[in-house]
Parts: sequence; structure tokens; C-alpha cells
Amino acid sequence: MASEIFHQPLARLAAMLGAGELSSVELMQAVADRCRDVEPRVQAFNSRDEAGALAQAAESDRRRSRGAALGPLDGIPIGIKDVIAVAGQPLTASSRMLEHYVSPYDATVIRKLKEAGAICWGRLNLDEFAMGSSTENSAFKTTSNPWDLSRVPGGSSGGSAAAVAAGEAVAALGSDTGGSIRQPSALCNVVGLKPTYGLVSRYGLIAFASSLDQIGPFARTVEDAAILLGTIAGHDPLDSTSFQAEIPDYRGELSRRKGPWKLGIAREYFAEGLDPEVGSAVQAAIDHYRRLGCEIREISLPHTKYAVGAYYIIATAECSSNLARYDGVRYGHRSAAAGDTVDLYFKTRAEGFGPEVKRRVILGTYVLSSGYHDAYYLRAQKVRTLIRRDFLEAYRDVDAILTPTAPTPAFKKGEKSADPLAMYLNDIYTIGVNLAGLPGISVPCGFTRSGLPMGLQLIGQPFREAELLAIARAYEAGHDWSGRHPSP
Amino acid sequence: MTDSMDSHPDFDIEHVAKLARIALTPEERAAFSAQLGDVLGHIALLQEVDVSGVEPTAHAFPMDNVWAEDRANPGLTVGDALRNAPAQRDGMFVVPKVVE
Repeated sequence: MASEIFHQPLARLAAMLGAGELSSVELMQAVADRCRDVEPRVQAFNSRDEAGALAQAAESDRRRSRGAALGPLDGIPIGIKDVIAVAGQPLTASSRMLEHYVSPYDATVIRKLKEAGAICWGRLNLDEFAMGSSTENSAFKTTSNPWDLSRVPGGSSGGSAAAVAAGEAVAALGSDTGGSIRQPSALCNVVGLKPTYGLVSRYGLIAFASSLDQIGPFARTVEDAAILLGTIAGHDPLDSTSFQAEIPDYRGELSRRKGPWKLGIAREYFAEGLDPEVGSAVQAAIDHYRRLGCEIREISLPHTKYAVGAYYIIATAECSSNLARYDGVRYGHRSAAAGDTVDLYFKTRAEGFGPEVKRRVILGTYVLSSGYHDAYYLRAQKVRTLIRRDFLEAYRDVDAILTPTAPTPAFKKGEKSADPLAMYLNDIYTIGVNLAGLPGISVPCGFTRSGLPMGLQLIGQPFREAELLAIARAYEAGHDWSGRHPSP
Repeated sequence: MTDSMDSHPDFDIEHVAKLARIALTPEERAAFSAQLGDVLGHIALLQEVDVSGVEPTAHAFPMDNVWAEDRANPGLTVGDALRNAPAQRDGMFVVPKVVE
């Protein structure tokens, strides 16, 4: 299986394309065939345009044959979470509200991928409007974990993680508001990076919680993630929260930065609720870094236990505001049963939104409503300051922080879907990173006895993705977890 | 599922759903009240944090005003903007009558 084209890392495929050992059409065909084989069971895609993708692959081959190849992404199929706009393609957010919506323009990250010659391959399933941790909140389908079809792939970017793991896309883009890239990566044995807030433009990303959302890559290796990050990062005048940061050569930096590093272990991240097998896998990773000469320091992030509460106030407040635009007037679903305009809003939103989106819009409306704003929203924003301070304090002593990505391996479908609080607590290790705006990466760190993947999270300092990727690479280089592939 | 509903007597789902412009069925009202009661029970943890003298964080990296040059740029055409409209006429969105 390991020699199958559709399981190869992006960097290796780019080298094969460059050496003429493979054409982009052959690669695209292999990926499309793989989808035909496994997609009935994995259900990662909301839609895909095989003919369009093959035409782009042929164009890439023509570019390469006349010596005008655009770089390592030229001719590589990259899956796109169905929350990022690709001109002329559907953009549903896995919601009935946008079931028939077609993007009128490209997101900035898509423009950059296209300029690099990448093939935007398909629309990947997610929890409706990226709200969830299992992809079960999709209005259209439940994606399966390719390692165990009875289990969830994580979420909200479950389609992105499952597609990369199952060989249905070479890499993918997702978005991460509270762990939506890192947690599914951990549950599916792929690398997932949430960049520093402001490093990657959000223009063309359907807004969930604007002060937390970031787009980032899913990949088979840290090097592949570095290639993708280098392509999509950078200041964008169309996103006023995008930062004027110097973009290093992330891929080149991987081999230049060799450590040893000082790594922090936060005692609050190894408390109750952590699955013992995940705990030992992370402990083994700590031992690995120690053997590499890294200094391991115990640190404290004392406000960790308030992160889930602060997050579900801030994220829902922002979502209630952002989702006010879905009113049945300019685009999206419109109720056929409405009388007057106000009635149109009530019925359109009742019919267009699923249960989790309704719950979050209602909670967010409540915490912002007159009489409750200060007690909930303002207090949560202050707690956010304390959480952020905890991290910045820790970075006086360490280069990065090492934690589990998720407290457990993939859980069974249906196991938590009736209990939103249990689902929210699954994000406990990932949401602090979003509240503090930091970069975080999940790398595969082994399998449970029953064969389920586990993930190691490394949390870096703002805008120091080059360092973070190098630290992740130092772990990856000593293991071969990404060389294992599921047979869904 | 605990008695956390009781600790949030102020959470009137009917009122809040009205503010959010979402029509709920009786089943949704009952289910969401219980589920959000649990969530609010967890959120109540935040009350024990001493936040005196702490500034709120709206964005992780505070930024100054971002100015754009006052210059017209190409945007969506009327046709593109209306392509996803549920109802349109003469280059405009159609909505139910607002005033008598």
C-alpha cells in the first residue's frame, strides 16, 4: 500500500512530477479513482468536479512540458473545506442555508493556490458552519473516520482530515476556530497546522468567530504543511486583521533549524479526562525530545480550566453576530412560507439552520443581550486576557509547549451528539491556542492498541511558525506514523 | 444533565430565540433549554475568576486602524451579486412588502 501514488507526500509527488516520473493527469486520475473506491464509505466530500480537475491537471502538464512549472504545488490536487470560496464552485458550509450557493469569487488563499498551480479538488464536508468536533453536524452527510468507519473523523474539518488520510486528496485546507484543524488531524493520523491569528488571510472564508478563525493546511508530513503554509501566508489588504509579517521560507527553514529547544509541559493539560493511552504516547514524545537534547520544563497555564467557558461565550457571541446575515434576502435559503419580512427571517432561519447552529446563535445572542453582556461577554474577554498572559508568561522560559491534541482517540458516531457540553469539553487542549491567537500544530504520535491514531500538539510563539514546524519535524523524523495508511 | 437549569432562571429561551430571529418548535425549546442550561452551568465557572483591573481582549493582537486608500476597485457586477439571490427583479433583491 505504501507505494500507492495516492498515499505519497506532496513533496515526493512534486519531485516525481519535476523528474517526469509522473504526470499531473496520472496523479489526478489516481486520486479520483481512489475516491470512487473509498468515498462511498468515507463520505469526505460534499461535491467534486473530476472533469474540471483533470482539465487543470492537463494544463499543469502542458506548463511543465514547456518548462514553465509554477513550483511544488503545480498539478497537485488539494482538497478544500466547504467553507472557503472557490469561484464558480458550490460553497455550502454543510448547511441547508447555503445548499445551492455558488461562490462569485476566490478566497485569497485559493487565489494563491491557483497562482501556485494547485488543483482545488472538491468541497470537503464539515460540521455545519464549522460548529462541532465530529462532523456529525453536517446537514448533508456524516463523514467516517478512515481508520474505523464506526467512528467520527473529528471536526469541524472532518472531511479535510479524512480525505488526506484516505488518499482522496494529497493535502487539504481547513479552518480552525477552536481546534477544527488540529483535532481531526489527530484523530485521522495527519499533520494539521493552525497558524498565528493574522498570518493567513480570512478573505473568502465563511465567518464563524472572526477573532478566532484561521485557515490552515492538512498534510501528510510537516514538510508538506510547510510548503502549503508558505503558499497561503502573507498580508492581504482585503482582510483588515491580516498582519504585515515577514514570510520566511518555511520549507527551507526546516533543515536549518536543529534545536535543541526548551519545551514546556503544562501540568493542567495532563489532568483528569486524558485517555491513558494518549497520555503514554505523549510521554513517549517527551522522552524522544529529551533524547534529542531538548530541555523539558514543567510550566503552568493556570487559567486552562476556564478556557472552554470563555471560548463558548466569545465564539457564540461572534457567531450570533456573523450569522445574522443569513436572513433569506440576498442569498441562501428563503422560506416559502413567510408572510411579512420579519416572519421571513424567523422561518428562513428555522428551516435553514441545523440544531447546533441554532443553539450557538441563541447562546451568543443571550450572552450579548441587554443585562447579561457584562456578566458574560465582557468577563469572558477579560478571562481571555488572562489565558493569553499565561501563554506569554510561559514563553519567557520555553520555545514551545507540548500537549496532547485531543483527550481521547476518535469516539463513536452518536456517542456525544446528544450532549453538547461533552462535545465541547473535547476541545479542551486546543481552544486556548485560538483564544491566545497562537500557532499550533498536531502531528501523528502513534496508535492505540485497537489501532486508532493519536496526535501530539505543539504550541508555538506568535508568528514563529518556522520554529514550530522545525520542532514538529524533529519528532516526525524519528517515527514513521505517517507511513501507515488506513484501508477504509 | 443536572439541575443546572435551576441556576439559570433568567435564561428565557423564548425571548432569546426571538432576539435571534429563529422560530423554534416546542421540542427544540425544551431540548435547547436543557442543553444550554448545562453549558451555562459550565460557563458559571468563570464567575470565580478575579478579573479586577484586567483589560478585555477583543483580538489576540491589538491592531490600530487599518486605512485603505479612497480609490474605487473592481468589485462584483450586479449580475454576480444577484446570482445567488432567492428572488430578484430589475437588478434588485425582492423582499416581502415592508410598508403598507
